[in-house]
Amino acid sequence: MHRKNELSWLVGGAQGSGVDSAANIFAKACAFGGLYVYGQREYYSNIMGEHSYYQVTVSDRPVRSTRSYTDILVSADTETVFLHARDVNPGGAIIYDPKLTETALSKVAALEHRARHDLQRYLSSKNLPETMGGMLQDAQARGVRLYPVPFDELLQKMTGEKAPQLSVAKRMANTMAVAASCALVRYDLKLIERALEDVFQGKKRVIELNLRACELAYEHILKNFAQDFPLVLEPLTVSEPRIYLTGNQATALGKLAAGCTVQTYYPISPATDESVYLEAHQLFERGSGEPGAIVVVQVEDEISAITMATGAALAGARAATSTSGPGFSLMVEALGWAGINEVPVVVTLYSRGSPSTGLPTRHEQGDLRFVLHAGHGEFPRIVIASGDLEECFYDEIRAFNYAEKYQVPVVHLLDKALASSSQTLTVFDPQRCRIDRGQLVSTAGEGYKRFVYTETGISPRSALGTPGGIFWNTGDEHDELGHITEDPVERVRMMEKRAKKLEVAAREIPLSEKLTIFGDPNAEVLLLSWGSPKGAILDALEVLHAEKHSVCFVQCRLLCPLPSDDLAQLLQKAKRRVCIENNYSGQFAGLVREATGIAMDHRIVKFNGRPITMNEVYESVKQILSGKAPRRMVLTHGA
Amino acid sequence: MARKPQDYKTDVHNNWCPGCGDFGILNAVQMALAELDLEPHRVAVFSGIGCSGKTPHYINTYGIHTLHGRVLPYATGAKLANPDLTVIAVGGDGDGLGIGAGHFVNAGRRNVDITYILHNNGVYGLTKGQASPTLKLGIQTKSLPQPNINQGINPLMIALAAGYTFIARSYAYDMKHLVSIIKQAIAHNGSAFIDVLQPCPTYNDINTREWYGGEDRKDPQTGKPLPRVYKLEKQGYDPLITPGMSDAEITAKLNKFIEKALEWGDRIPIGILLKNETVPSYEDRILQRIPFYREMPPAKQTIADELGRPAIDLTKFLEELKVT
Repeated sequence: MHRKNELSWLVGGAQGSGVDSAANIFAKACAFGGLYVYGQREYYSNIMGEHSYYQVTVSDRPVRSTRSYTDILVSADTETVFLHARDVNPGGAIIYDPKLTETALSKVAALEHRARHDLQRYLSSKNLPETMGGMLQDAQARGVRLYPVPFDELLQKMTGEKAPQLSVAKRMANTMAVAASCALVRYDLKLIERALEDVFQGKKRVIELNLRACELAYEHILKNFAQDFPLVLEPLTVSEPRIYLTGNQATALGKLAAGCTVQTYYPISPATDESVYLEAHQLFERGSGEPGAIVVVQVEDEISAITMATGAALAGARAATSTSGPGFSLMVEALGWAGINEVPVVVTLYSRGSPSTGLPTRHEQGDLRFVLHAGHGEFPRIVIASGDLEECFYDEIRAFNYAEKYQVPVVHLLDKALASSSQTLTVFDPQRCRIDRGQLVSTAGEGYKRFVYTETGISPRSALGTPGGIFWNTGDEHDELGHITEDPVERVRMMEKRAKKLEVAAREIPLSEKLTIFGDPNAEVLLLSWGSPKGAILDALEVLHAEKHSVCFVQCRLLCPLPSDDLAQLLQKAKRRVCIENNYSGQFAGLVREATGIAMDHRIVKFNGRPITMNEVYESVKQILSGKAPRRMVLTHGA
Repeated sequence: MARKPQDYKTDVHNNWCPGCGDFGILNAVQMALAELDLEPHRVAVFSGIGCSGKTPHYINTYGIHTLHGRVLPYATGAKLANPDLTVIAVGGDGDGLGIGAGHFVNAGRRNVDITYILHNNGVYGLTKGQASPTLKLGIQTKSLPQPNINQGINPLMIALAAGYTFIARSYAYDMKHLVSIIKQAIAHNGSAFIDVLQPCPTYNDINTREWYGGEDRKDPQTGKPLPRVYKLEKQGYDPLITPGMSDAEITAKLNKFIEKALEWGDRIPIGILLKNETVPSYEDRILQRIPFYREMPPAKQTIADELGRPAIDLTKFLEELKVT
């Protein structure tokens, strides 16, 4: 399996042991070398000690998802080997600490009971010892190469000035393992140095220590092993400027570009990083030379988060809040208030494993139905879902435009996979975007009625403080001025006025913002999805197309109002209809059936808290093409 | 030409019960606005849910009738987006100290420059008289099937603990006093809290106008009622804490506050209990981070250029993320 610039790489370790930094160093080193990188971050709801891992896919072509297999497993602890060794490809490599080989499975304290039990059965079925060594033997038997790196011994070579303290040395093992993996694929150490400088910005001593440790690990591999590892990474020269960032950051940048000047939040995984990024980048410049700023407020709960953002939106600021499912559960009453009062507030919702606290740091798309119906009664809202990090940025700007144009609350539905994955992308171009504030008036006058009945249902909107623009809001049904009414005729008119706005939105929003079609829609198999599975589907599509399979992909981006007619047209013609999503019941498939009357031939679902991999999509489609696939297919990959 | 209370009235039909304390508070707010001569479009009155929640509809300024318990975060959001607004929040005791207690406490630690008027009548009026968080233990108002099983919250003490920098109490039927307190609360730079004692003539048959006025305990000599409510300012009480005061002076002030805040029954103090000028408002704290916050607050920034493109220059932030 000789391959150049195509690698699935995984580092694992105890939380707090520097796994994230190690992964970032590797990913950045690859990105600096002009390679495309996609990183998936998996971690427990825990501060220290539980197993976390980071899987990085590297390629010379754009990559958007994780693979089910690993080419190089990078470890400095035992748990990583126990949990991930079986996913290493024959011909691949495991980098490990030889002093740990005798460590017994029973001594790995943080392992989940189920995992321990399975591993016990697995090892005993193969007559292997229940130790890390047993796992390594098993891997070796499958053709995996073993690369022991004696971290402690190597670190002992760092004497005098450079000798790190024990606590620092422990954290450095992961970085050394990264360097060892780079030596395997003959990747330039200079790029690791650059990555170290980037990740440990300004911390001279840390950079120095890590660099020396990396050199030792790198040399160790070159000196002790033949340089015949079949996978190679080679830097490329690229002229295109690229960025490497997370979904939280992409979304935050989208908010800044959109002109969002108030963000409220209550801490919750996996949304918080977005607000933290915004607060850290609170001050900026406008092209005109004017300064700009966003006020970020950490509030007492999510009810306060959405109501405070709504208050700011009433005053004329573009305002948003960012949360996850449990937080959004608290926001629903206020969502209805924004609906009945036609306030343009934006909620960025990163769904995670649910219900209740669920899997707080894991991925799921289980909130779709909830978001569509959140709040008692009937009121218009717009719901959009981004499929990748680039869309996170550009869609966030659209979210504010829709909110102000149609004077409705907008939910930008994202998820954990988007929040914490990282990717190399063409640098964003805000100049491509337009800001549309709709019918926001700067002055009003005699006879102004905030909720005046119009053809479109959209009334000129004044912000608090506008001369002549005085209005009233109430959660009660209201008249054109905004005063309470229980009059049956007024009620019907006002309900119809609000509902009409969504019809207008459905008409006006261009098809390109509603859904995207990849490939020939008359293909043998039509894959339908929404949100983050997009990356795995597109990556799988490349392979399927290369193998001359007839498959297309329809990504739905506007979830409310749902482009039912457009979807129906596509689905009616489709030969085999398949919906892929990260939830138990196939919520989107159900929604589409409800709206179009068309049922899916197959529902592919995944709800184990881990995102769908490229290989899972590929294999599912192959199974469907073979005619042997069940109607409901449950994907289960992931540690 | 100076404005009159009439200028702050709407023609919306008022459906409060005759004799409701809400009328007193409504009129006092309108009088205070007139005396301060505030332009109606620069004022926003926010409310929670319940009888008092209807207040904004009767006032000719921006009027935002929000959700049960949530008046403070709505009002805070508006004020932070546009600090030029005069923001007044009103709500009942159930609204602010029951369902909205978390917001009441946390608004105190922010100290945003808003005025919060608590309509405190001991009952949930609009839902027909259930016990509210301020009703005292063992009291049985008209529609309670049994005496109140909970203790009553002391709003002044919570306000102190939460960090409100202006804490006052007034009485809905003492118009002159209430107007004066509201005006000072609006003028205060920071969160101003006014606990307004307010009879509910329909459901609170214990803490009535007559009870506050002492009709049940006439002076044996003069035969005149001995009112329970008395004014702190007439007793030489000084609520002011200013920069430069020693810790001992401040402690003495706070002890006095607690002593007065705990008085109830035959002697109920009204007036300003605390005016603390040593704590910066939230806006002043933002100003430390955003030097141009006052001139260019969130609601007044130019977010698009003349072609409608984002006005922000993201170059610097994108540069941080660049890999090639």
